[in-house]
Amino acid sequence: MSLQTETETKRSFNQIGTRPVRPDGIDKVTGRARFGADMEMPGMLHGLVLRSPHPHAKVKSIDISRAAKLAGVKAIVTRDDFKMPKDKDLVDICANIMARDKVLYDGHAVAAVAATTKAIAREALKRIKVEYEILPHVTDVDEAMKPGAPILHKGMRTGGMDTKPRKDSNVVKRYKFGHGDVEKGFKQADIVIERSFKTAATHQGYIEPHACLASIGPDGQGDLWVCTQGHYMVRNVCAGLLGLDVSQLRVTASEIGGGFGGKTTVFIEPLALALSRKANRPVKMVMSRDEVFRATGPTSSTSMDVKIGATKDGRITAAHAELRFQGGAFAGSPVSMGAMTAFACYDLKNVQSIGYDVVTNRPKQAAYRAPGAPMAAFAVESVIDELASKLGMDGLEFRILNAAGEGTKSSYGPTFGPIGLKTTLEKAKSHAHNKAKLGKNQGRGIACGFWFNFAGNTCVSLNLQLDGTIALSVGTPDIGGSRASMSLMAAEELGVPYDKVRTIVADTASLGYNDVTDGSRTTFAAGLATIEAARDAIGKMCGRAAKVWGIPADAVKWENGYAKPAGPNAGAFKPMSMAEIAAIAHKTGGPIAGHYEINADGAGVSFATHIVDSEVDPETGRVTILRYTVLQDAGKAIHPDYVEGQYQGGAVQGIGWAINEEYIYGEDGRLQNAGFLDYRIPVASDLPMIDTVILEIPNPGHPYGVRGVGETSIVPPLAAIANSVSNAAGVRLTELPMSPPKVLKAIGEHNRA
Amino acid sequence: MAKVILWGSLKKAVGGKTELELDVSDVRELLDALGERYPKLGPQLDAGVSVSIDGTMVRDNLFVAIKPDSEVYVLPRMAGG
Repeated sequence: MSLQTETETKRSFNQIGTRPVRPDGIDKVTGRARFGADMEMPGMLHGLVLRSPHPHAKVKSIDISRAAKLAGVKAIVTRDDFKMPKDKDLVDICANIMARDKVLYDGHAVAAVAATTKAIAREALKRIKVEYEILPHVTDVDEAMKPGAPILHKGMRTGGMDTKPRKDSNVVKRYKFGHGDVEKGFKQADIVIERSFKTAATHQGYIEPHACLASIGPDGQGDLWVCTQGHYMVRNVCAGLLGLDVSQLRVTASEIGGGFGGKTTVFIEPLALALSRKANRPVKMVMSRDEVFRATGPTSSTSMDVKIGATKDGRITAAHAELRFQGGAFAGSPVSMGAMTAFACYDLKNVQSIGYDVVTNRPKQAAYRAPGAPMAAFAVESVIDELASKLGMDGLEFRILNAAGEGTKSSYGPTFGPIGLKTTLEKAKSHAHNKAKLGKNQGRGIACGFWFNFAGNTCVSLNLQLDGTIALSVGTPDIGGSRASMSLMAAEELGVPYDKVRTIVADTASLGYNDVTDGSRTTFAAGLATIEAARDAIGKMCGRAAKVWGIPADAVKWENGYAKPAGPNAGAFKPMSMAEIAAIAHKTGGPIAGHYEINADGAGVSFATHIVDSEVDPETGRVTILRYTVLQDAGKAIHPDYVEGQYQGGAVQGIGWAINEEYIYGEDGRLQNAGFLDYRIPVASDLPMIDTVILEIPNPGHPYGVRGVGETSIVPPLAAIANSVSNAAGVRLTELPMSPPKVLKAIGEHNRA
Repeated sequence: MAKVILWGSLKKAVGGKTELELDVSDVRELLDALGERYPKLGPQLDAGVSVSIDGTMVRDNLFVAIKPDSEVYVLPRMAGG
């Protein structure tokens, strides 16, 4: 159901908006926090995976006989141990976690071993003989779309085309969005700019590799401890792949050392469970960094064409984009969302965006913060910037003139409600950063970004303990401070201090199904459920007080942590605290708990504007980020530290994506830089302080006005930095990352021209 | 009659027009009506869609109301990170 709660915009909060210490803080800074690899069990085995060295090959045979004879090897699994599931949603996952008739990328799993030690497991992998028939491969999106490209999947025909394709293709599907007449719109333009762009695949770069500990007994009851963004998803997928009853597999989410979307699927978990079932022993698996790069899910690499036209007075008349995203070896690149978000910041009469989802011989992409949107924004915002410059207009003024507002028909269709884009632009215009002077070889860039935000299935239980304190159970792994935010919202509703609420992430047997922590949904959806669970408990506590006082339940109100008579007619009774109600709960009807279960809708969309200054060294091409400011609408910031952290984190990951990070494949189709030495993510010394401005345009779909904040912050950086670097270098940069060789090449070509 | 707009790639499956007028009062009726009238939409509907009703995105809830003057968009199923 849709929760159409009126936003309490005029409500004054006691605790929302404060910055208490995070409940997981001490554990994390002292090393006590238990992450995926920290769990051990008696009799535990170590699992390792044999991976393909080839980007594309038939797997003719797998001989495990020599490995199986090795002392200490307790189980080996291959494709023969995973029956292809009937559930179509699991088919690609099954073929990704363990190769079937073909390996489709460098790093694709072909076998897994469980042994008493890691050394024995490593030796066993060496003894497995795999016979491959090497096939031609393709890793570049444009090459993969060409006629004659090596075809990954026999029988794959492009969906969404106007005419039925007659040949197999690596193009999975075409998406098309927009409205109006773009051709007519371009004819109305005084100036039209058309550019092509490319972005490299990047990894989420979470510091903690994937890790899990699986145990299945002979009775079929299983337990899995795992680092994930969604343990219910892990449970359901693993149960499906292994043919288990969902209720027989209990999954507990560990602390998580970063996810950013990359931990919204499974890789080693089904293998660990299958090995455990075969060996009848617990099996622990921990990916190496090399495996994380080669065999988990980076984001798509892209190739894009964008064309925008405007009149002399700065009104955009038409906009068109064609986006081509490769999503690795299986269908599902985020190109549809790239195409939907591409022009969402603008109020356009004529707009069209087309997206092509393409498969290549790379690992299957996984979600990465606002999947698809940052790349599309890079292309669109670069052309917007160039248009403003050609028109002699300030970039912010040009954006304000064309910005989407309440009532705008969005480029992907729906009409926007109250949104904060123009506010972020106006605030950016007046921000001191926008007025600061720049030095030689320095440039300033701005860009806007949009993200949908999601809601989804959520269950929360709130238990009143004997002493009047609160145990709050949520089912959404805490990847960005959500336990603190949930505690704050429960404390606010109940009228008790923050430290009287302890929030935990419960295992899958303890609550109903919860969607993955993704889509910037948790503070919105789990927060909404927490508020409603607290209200449910309050209703019950008022009922108990009413019983004690001998008055109707509706004659009792809740105020600042106390049940009180609602008015003078209710009678004169001494208010009862939560502790007093809890102390006699066993005598007034039993334990007291509040619950709420919902498939929530109403997550409000969100916008941001970023300002960045950079300096380009004309001799080396090195880019240094000098100053960075994020202005973003949070709806309502529950815990501003975490909102700022999300803003800063998105900007920092965007900086890495823009100037350094890239998956580099050799001619042999193998990944050349599967490690943090050669895949360069930004570290603290590379970065300025990221300044943040939290704007609060309440979301009417949430009781407190919350909008998701975790993803929008990574949408503008690629474009903002490209605009900044282009201004500093004096030449338009159209390819990411803007690494020193690319910047030098662009400067050189510009100078020669 | 609610105005229902399908994303552009579905044009062929609904006979060349992406704007439809349907007499439906909730998401279940909408999806049933689309499936019955346009069988070629079946695979896409089975794969999952998102429905935007008056600007609010609905993913799975079948019983969210659609008013006669509602603006309804049928969009690809979306997910975040």
